[in-house]
Amino acid sequence: MHLEYQVYEADFVNAGSASSSIKKTLKQLNINPAIIKRVVVALYEAEVNAIAHAYGGTITADIDANKINIKVVDKGPGIPDIDWAMQEGNSTASPEVRDMGFGAGMGLPNIQKNVDKLNVQSTVGVGTSVEMEVNFK
Amino acid sequence: MKVKELVEKLNLKVLSGENGLDREIDGCYISDLLSDVMGNAEMGNVWITLQTHKNVMAVASLKEMSCIILVKNLGANEDTLNQSNEEALPILQTSLPTYEIAGQVYNLLHS
Repeated sequence: MHLEYQVYEADFVNAGSASSSIKKTLKQLNINPAIIKRVVVALYEAEVNAIAHAYGGTITADIDANKINIKVVDKGPGIPDIDWAMQEGNSTASPEVRDMGFGAGMGLPNIQKNVDKLNVQSTVGVGTSVEMEVNFK
Repeated sequence: MKVKELVEKLNLKVLSGENGLDREIDGCYISDLLSDVMGNAEMGNVWITLQTHKNVMAVASLKEMSCIILVKNLGANEDTLNQSNEEALPILQTSLPTYEIAGQVYNLLHS
């Protein structure tokens, strides 16, 4: 099964809609609720990152009998230092975004804690790709 | 305990999501950082917060929390209330600050 969603820069009102849609799909497929929880946490964070930090992007999810593979590919600006961004507490979020309760520097660490495979690639000026995979068993 | 008992015992105002008052409560989580709630809250938790925008509903819904309590008489905007009604996930309001209402919720859930 292949699913695709668009996310837009600063579109906080719709943040979480891709996560919600994929959650429903996984429930319909009778995936273990504990696994669904992990997917939802990781995907929500990646979705918010594309909205809060990037100029929007595309989320694709591929689901087979054994796993879900999700790619969030944004349109930039890219992350200069991925190791720095992966550390809990580090964030480049604006004061406005922080006031909303985002930008605590917990997003990427939350993703890492909840997926079986994570691959973050970024090119400054081009964009960031976050690929994550969660096994169903 | 159901959400409606919490409403009655702590004298909370129901702002939206009345169809969800029969939801069962299991514990409570308190944070105004959405990623913290996303990462650490559990299904059935009451969520006490001062955040009032629509993303609060997104997080509460994704985590399948039982209800949201807004502190210090804070209200939510129409978008947020609409989603609460659609998802039957109640948004409640108290005049108390977080510390006071947290203590009351704790006593109630542990009595």
